Amino acid sequence: MSIKEYRTASEVRGGLILVRDTPGVAFGDRVRISDGRGGTRDGQVIRASNEEVMILVFEGTDDLDLEAVWVRFLDEPVEIALSPEILGREFNGLGEPRDGRPPILSNIRRAVGGSAINPAARSYPREFIQTGISTIDGLNSLVRGQKLPIFSGSGLPHNRLAAQIVRQAKLKDEDSSFSIVFAAMGVSYADAKFFRDEFASSGVLRNVVMFVNLADDPPVERLTLPRTALTVAEYLAYDLDRHVLVVMTDMTYYAEALREVATAKGDVPARKGYPGYLYSDLAEIYERCGRIHERHGSITMMPVVSMPSDDITHPIPDLTGYITEGQIVLSRELHNQGIYPPVHISPSLSRLMKDGIGKDDTREDHPKVAAQLYALYARALETRNLASIIGADELSERDRRYLKFADDFDQRFVGQGESEDRSIEATLNLAWELMSAFPRDSLTRLSETELAKYYQGND
Amino acid sequence: MSERNNSERNNLGFIREINGPIVTIDLPGIRSGEQVKIGELGLVGEVISLNGREATVQTYESTDGVRPGEPAEGLGWPLSVELGPGLLGGIFDGIQRPLEKIALQSGDYIRRGLSLPGLDREREWEFEPNPELGPGKQIGPGTVLGTVQETETVLHKILVPPGLEGELTELAPNGDYAIEATIGHLRDKAGHSHRLKLFHRWPVRKPRPYLKRDDGISPLITGQRVIDSFFPQLKGGKGAVPGPFGAGKTVVQQQIARWSNAEIVIYVGCGERGNELVDVLETFPQLEDPYTGRKLMEKTLLVANTSNMPVVAREASIYVGLTMAEYYRDMGYDVVMLADSTSRWAEALREVSGRLGQMPVEEGYPAYLSSRLAAVYERAGRVETYDAGPGSVTLIGAVSPPGGDFSEPVTSHTKDIIETFWALSKELADARHYPSIDWVTSFSAHVHAAAEWWHKEVDRRWEARRTQALALLARDAELSRIVNLVGPEALSDAQRWQLEGASLIKEGVLQQSALDEVDTFCSPQKQFALLDLALSIYDKGMTLIELGVPVSHLQDLPQLAKVRRCKSIYNSDQVSSITDLGREIEDAFEAIRVQYAKQHSDD
Repeated sequence: MSIKEYRTASEVRGGLILVRDTPGVAFGDRVRISDGRGGTRDGQVIRASNEEVMILVFEGTDDLDLEAVWVRFLDEPVEIALSPEILGREFNGLGEPRDGRPPILSNIRRAVGGSAINPAARSYPREFIQTGISTIDGLNSLVRGQKLPIFSGSGLPHNRLAAQIVRQAKLKDEDSSFSIVFAAMGVSYADAKFFRDEFASSGVLRNVVMFVNLADDPPVERLTLPRTALTVAEYLAYDLDRHVLVVMTDMTYYAEALREVATAKGDVPARKGYPGYLYSDLAEIYERCGRIHERHGSITMMPVVSMPSDDITHPIPDLTGYITEGQIVLSRELHNQGIYPPVHISPSLSRLMKDGIGKDDTREDHPKVAAQLYALYARALETRNLASIIGADELSERDRRYLKFADDFDQRFVGQGESEDRSIEATLNLAWELMSAFPRDSLTRLSETELAKYYQGND
Repeated sequence: MSERNNSERNNLGFIREINGPIVTIDLPGIRSGEQVKIGELGLVGEVISLNGREATVQTYESTDGVRPGEPAEGLGWPLSVELGPGLLGGIFDGIQRPLEKIALQSGDYIRRGLSLPGLDREREWEFEPNPELGPGKQIGPGTVLGTVQETETVLHKILVPPGLEGELTELAPNGDYAIEATIGHLRDKAGHSHRLKLFHRWPVRKPRPYLKRDDGISPLITGQRVIDSFFPQLKGGKGAVPGPFGAGKTVVQQQIARWSNAEIVIYVGCGERGNELVDVLETFPQLEDPYTGRKLMEKTLLVANTSNMPVVAREASIYVGLTMAEYYRDMGYDVVMLADSTSRWAEALREVSGRLGQMPVEEGYPAYLSSRLAAVYERAGRVETYDAGPGSVTLIGAVSPPGGDFSEPVTSHTKDIIETFWALSKELADARHYPSIDWVTSFSAHVHAAAEWWHKEVDRRWEARRTQALALLARDAELSRIVNLVGPEALSDAQRWQLEGASLIKEGVLQQSALDEVDTFCSPQKQFALLDLALSIYDKGMTLIELGVPVSHLQDLPQLAKVRRCKSIYNSDQVSSITDLGREIEDAFEAIRVQYAKQHSDD
């Protein structure tokens, strides 16, 4: 089919162009738009009939003149060129270089939309990744092929935490490092620079592919950016057999861009103005991570989601939590006390932890230690609440022990240095040290054998 | 049927408009609900509305690359599934395509436009004809023509498809047959002869017929204490598991799938995580069914439409699962169907209705949400089948309320329909109290009915003990509020013992770890023994406290820690050890009483 070119643009609104009388244009195809002044923009068909085609313009529709616009239908889906050369490079959401170097040339081109992994082809993630962070390794373990988001809020150190994980993540007893795909959507220049410097200083830059869309770049481009990044991740994992860690920040800006376009399209809003398909749309992104039978590589994903007004029930963190396999939640309260990383363990969770820890993976006492710590900390927080009402002096000796535990736990177990890389053994030993402040009989989640082996208390 | 339609009307049209999964076609004469093949790729869809010459089609696959003007073909039948031997142990997508076969054909990713039948055409099954049947016999819908040993545990009964009635003219002898082979002939009243095969098709949106509803009572034993002992479910009942993310819905559902005393388990992963289904796929073939000793996978089938698979097939997946559930029910089996999650199904409805521009009612959901939900749950039930005795479908739906808000439309409508409500609580989950089923907001309409069974099979005191435990937990909530305001010092010894008793029930009975090898399944006998143990200690302690024994004296007893741990020390065959522990503690209490009485008389 010959490439069709039309001057029949009839309407422009909020990142969308409508073009009339364009028979036979395929849904989802890539479009090139020339603005009549020598500039071009990229777009995608999001609604097609013979009478009218709706096009999403990635660079936005500001400054477009309906009379002057030319639209060319390229008769191909939105694709990206892939080669091993892609490592160490920086691109925008469409896969165009942002680092001033030439574009990637390759015969391998893949549509960024991806398709669904057959559930029957997946294999269950069960290899423990040591991040060196006690609250993650000990209580919310990450495994290869898992998607574990960081739920954060404005001003909290999620970027520093993500960077620390990138630096330290490794398989236990194995030295193979990860390839990193970094997708930044709507972040500030400073944040993007932080990651770039961080990758450079830790010497991983040669293993990183960056996709960057800054806060002042066109928002519509954010819709394709994570898909482009994941297409690269799939190439690295399944064609080049690498273990890939995808860090995406910030999914909230992605969802806001989606809402912007949905509103322009006139979609029926569901919650807080977000379209009803937000869940499916996020799932298309998150579910591209995982492990596949008989493939050596894997995709592990750590998206950063900043919770608007620290509200975990906001649609974006809420729907994310329903799709991902757990979440790491950062707390402003801990952050304000100067505790880093301020991981609030109570709402944090790793769903895939159970199969990645224990005798053969970390240590035999790990599952029950985690359960016991959670139970003690829950009780300790209750005691802390109580103490704030009636005063610590009024507490019984038993309760004061819990109060002390809460403080020790926050300071020593949660708190650690930004360059402190704790092994899982160190984390578990620290846990035993803290738990040994309690009488043996009150540690009912632990088995007798574990207590006999590790308990360090007096009775 | 399709051939007849072909001659009557033109079934070829063309595409007018593509809007995501919603495609408008120009094809006069097509029926509502009919299957349509879309475009050159041959994507399959279903007509959801008609308007003059035009029909609106929802497609089960992504429409990327489809162009206006491409052909659209009416297939002449509604969305149907194949029902016959070979379903169990399999994993199907939302429109019953076998995912393992798709993986062989299209690799790790699902290619579009593949049409694979649900059942294997090649495989032969040993058919054993029903000895009571022979030529000349009158047969009707649901008559058992014979049997096939589908898996080691499940005997598959070959049924006359609903709608067929007449005289059996021929029945094949024992032998190996592929599912398309003819195993018999039936002549209907009009004299037409019909071929009978090992399988038949049934439209998924139409409930399968049965003789009548059956009012028999039998509890669904799940081996989970908080469910069986506190909020029991009956076979043929309908239940919901609502909970915010991270509260443990999936684990509750998987535990029911693993340990319930149903003969068939159908697990529908509807818009959920891919890795969760893989978990089931990888663990079930290794897990042993506690009732038969065989592998769990032999009685299980999975329908998988993960969250990233097309949204329209997600809507269909619940009906596909239900139809297969009803089919096994019609063989006289007790079937449990788990739908995880019905919220994703409702969202699929919402997405389609939004694309059609229908007027939204609550939070963007269409007005027909509640009636559709009710119709889905109503397909559960215990029935008298035509020829295979009683059978049942128990439907348990997970609900994922946004933000954990139970007043949102899907949860609140579901609550009106179901009989058992296992509400999961974020607070309990945060404290790692699993299963996080909240005893305050959960309910079961089946307690009295289940009590009949418990009193007969386990212990006559079951209902009384259950009520006592719940009352103690309610008292605990009240007292905890006081403690939070003024501290524990304000409580009397008796009140503190009540807190201790409630904590024994919470830790010793309600908490049950799915990961604990000993405790993951708990027989009804062990369930009652644990409950009785906790309450006996509480009762005994209370009498001591009334005599004036200080509460700290009792709290320090080392046996109390053992009571909390008892559930994972003794398995379901060691119930007598639990009663022994009860006696041991009783003796310890008695010693305290004697000692105290002595001190008292010395004074």
